[in-house]
Amino acid sequence: MADYFLGIDLGSTTSKAIIINDRDEVVGKGITNTRANYEVAAEIAKVQALYNARFHLLKQALAAEIAADPAFARYAADLDAAFQFVQFESRLERLRRELAETALKVETRVPATELVKHVQEIADGILATGRRRYMEEDLGGKGQFFRDIVGEAYAKAVEERPKELFEPLMLLFDKSITPVENEMMAPDFSELVHQAQAMLERYHAEKAAPDEAAALRRAAGAFTAAIDRVAAEELNIARMVGTGYGRALLPFPEDCIRSEILCHAFGAHAVFPKTRTVLDIGGQDTKAIQVDSHGLVTSFHMNDRCAAGCGRYLGYIADELNISLNELGPMAMKAEKEVTICSTCTVFAGAELRELLNVGERREDILAGLHKAIVMRALSLLARSGGVKNEFTFTGGVARNDAVLHYVSDMVRRNYGQDLTINVHTDSIFMGALGGAMFARRNIKADLPAAAKGAKAGAEENEGMA
Amino acid sequence: MAKPTAPVEKERSMIMQKEMVEGLFKELATAREKGRKVVYTFVPGNLSELIRAFDMLPVYPEINALQSGMRKKSAAFIRDAEKWGHSEDVCTYVKCDIGMMLNGNVGPTGQKLPEPDLLLLSYTGCFTFMKWFENLERLYPNAEIAMLHTPYQEGGRITDEMRQYMVKQLREEVIPKFEKVSGKKFDEARLAGILANSKRTDDLITEIFAQSRQRPSPIDAYFAGVYYIGPINIGFRGTPEAVTYYEELLKEIKQRAAEGRGPVTPEGEIKEEKYRLVVEGPPNWTSFREFWKLFHDQGAVIVASSYTKVGGVYDLGFRHDPARPLETLAEYCMNCYTNMNLPQRIDLLGKCITEYQADGFLINSIKSCNSFSAGQLMIMRDLEDKLEIPVGFIESDLVDPRYFSYSNIKNRLDSFFQMLAQRKVLATA
Repeated sequence: MADYFLGIDLGSTTSKAIIINDRDEVVGKGITNTRANYEVAAEIAKVQALYNARFHLLKQALAAEIAADPAFARYAADLDAAFQFVQFESRLERLRRELAETALKVETRVPATELVKHVQEIADGILATGRRRYMEEDLGGKGQFFRDIVGEAYAKAVEERPKELFEPLMLLFDKSITPVENEMMAPDFSELVHQAQAMLERYHAEKAAPDEAAALRRAAGAFTAAIDRVAAEELNIARMVGTGYGRALLPFPEDCIRSEILCHAFGAHAVFPKTRTVLDIGGQDTKAIQVDSHGLVTSFHMNDRCAAGCGRYLGYIADELNISLNELGPMAMKAEKEVTICSTCTVFAGAELRELLNVGERREDILAGLHKAIVMRALSLLARSGGVKNEFTFTGGVARNDAVLHYVSDMVRRNYGQDLTINVHTDSIFMGALGGAMFARRNIKADLPAAAKGAKAGAEENEGMA
Repeated sequence: MAKPTAPVEKERSMIMQKEMVEGLFKELATAREKGRKVVYTFVPGNLSELIRAFDMLPVYPEINALQSGMRKKSAAFIRDAEKWGHSEDVCTYVKCDIGMMLNGNVGPTGQKLPEPDLLLLSYTGCFTFMKWFENLERLYPNAEIAMLHTPYQEGGRITDEMRQYMVKQLREEVIPKFEKVSGKKFDEARLAGILANSKRTDDLITEIFAQSRQRPSPIDAYFAGVYYIGPINIGFRGTPEAVTYYEELLKEIKQRAAEGRGPVTPEGEIKEEKYRLVVEGPPNWTSFREFWKLFHDQGAVIVASSYTKVGGVYDLGFRHDPARPLETLAEYCMNCYTNMNLPQRIDLLGKCITEYQADGFLINSIKSCNSFSAGQLMIMRDLEDKLEIPVGFIESDLVDPRYFSYSNIKNRLDSFFQMLAQRKVLATA
């Protein structure tokens, strides 16, 4: 039986989980939005990572067939999408029930029966669109969370309805989403994957061409056998380490908890072994970290007292502009000039943004200025932490924003040398969780005797979950 | 936030010290009735012996401020000073002090402080002191003012000219003001007698702080250290009581060292010394106990700190010399930590790190203190490069509770201690 190691990074905005094997290879990863209930967020991220690990094993088991036969490759991709969709579907059904129940409880000017009727129609619409987007647009791979997907679709559906329904329907959603989101729904892997297969069978019958359908049925047969083997395999999480903003609230023994500074540095260094300086911009903090050749931290600096210029600031700006977070970077990249931004204070951001729009500045140009202002703050933190040494690795959720990346690369090179190597990984948001998992594997503990006890307790606690 | 509730453990010397402080405030409360003259002055470069030589009593505004901070009175004082027009960025010692005066000048012990007869400004390494006294001058228009300019050790050493310049000021400006206010003639022999006690105190305190070279260290040279330096910083240097106090303290510490025991903290003795640290910068006073507990809980002992040298640096050999009374006072002032240039401070801290075998160097940067905070990042980088020591940086404030963010500080300290732990594991692997 192989041993696996789990790292969980409970950030202020997102919670991430990474599972590695005993060769430091990532086999599973999971991410979700951090909600009011940290325990649920951590658990969901972990369950996602475990599902993902089983998918990894499944693809490994059928690697030769997937490489050789396009039908197998398509089936693998479709199964992944269907698997994401059936999870979405079951939570949406849960939300549908919650909305209907809440409609009967709240008092509005609209009769409850009418509200229920609308809620049902809206849910039907979201489900149909969801199915299409998961299967055709790889929605599951876009890193969007249930709350965001459903919230956006729900608001759109409400807007298409008569005005007098707006307030009661939005009230229903606000009251229903949180309990639904905080409910732990983690069915067994094989149950879910069988649901996904059944759904896929119907989907292929409907969408695939006749000759393609036959090849897909053949692939489905081979997958079913492999799924049963993979589902029966025990994924033994030998040790785990929790980190991140909310780490103290994780249901872990105290000595399985590591500072996010150490984890981000260790993760970044593992992926890019020549890393000497790490910049991490997360939801609520920015960290500038210097590491030695072993990936161990020598010094670090964090923003204090003010979260200006972090991920949450960008989220706030996106809300102000009524666009999604993912659109910010691309929009800023279309700028023709950079508008000077006086304040990166999140609280003042809305006011300054509106003033600039009022005087006729373009959204793109304002956004370019905002992104630059954020990066200048990060640069000041880097300078305080001791500057940038080669190689430089940029991590955290904000590293996925192209405009931030553009300004970081530009300013770091201009200040610290054009020939610097700058590393960014597509999974930069997972670096903290990866570092945590790697600490778990190495069992590097602050206090060795107590740690051994903690690691054992962690393993026991985890047995039922794998 | 973790609220410590257990009873506070104290050493005998801490109790003695508390009695000395309370005694001084009692004397101050009755100074007017007893006809004693009062001088307001500052801790760094304090002319304690000269004040004693004229039988005057000292009031230290920074001490009042930090005492008010520890007794949770500073927030209201600062608010009142801000209402009076002081900016958020002004030194919080100043605002706490001004706020206290605006509220009737009732000291931290609840007793009213007498108005100053003399404002003695020896602004050693801190230019805010000058502005502070300009404010006091307006609050107390009847007080005499004496100013002693202490030249900064820009060149990294004390020259004869610097010494002569200060002695001249003492003779021509400071002493005549003392004579005028006290109505007494300056008695150099009496000053020399007091300085002989100071020399004894200097030796004792040096030996006390040297005890932390041992493993485990029997003292915490930062948190407990501020209690140790209390008497010399509040005007007892040069008195027989101070000599007795330090003799008692040294005995107590040596006893603990002999028994192999760690420092006493309010949460109890540190049983296992896990990390030895050198700390730069003053502590936070409003959450002093919570702050100390963060170190106690990790088994972290501070083996040396720059803050305990703010009222005099003895590590480099300076001792009061009764044979040269005025010259020695001048040298004392110029030798204060904040009057040293940055390379000197780096050398001193580096010496502490090496000689006291520290595992890490930590800076507590004070939002409203220019004399300490300027250059701290440079100090940190330099020590990190030269000594390859892990460094940490946290931020808080002296007496403004708004700037002590428990969770931020804990978060950074957690990372710092885990960083040290990692290095230890690696070093022993």
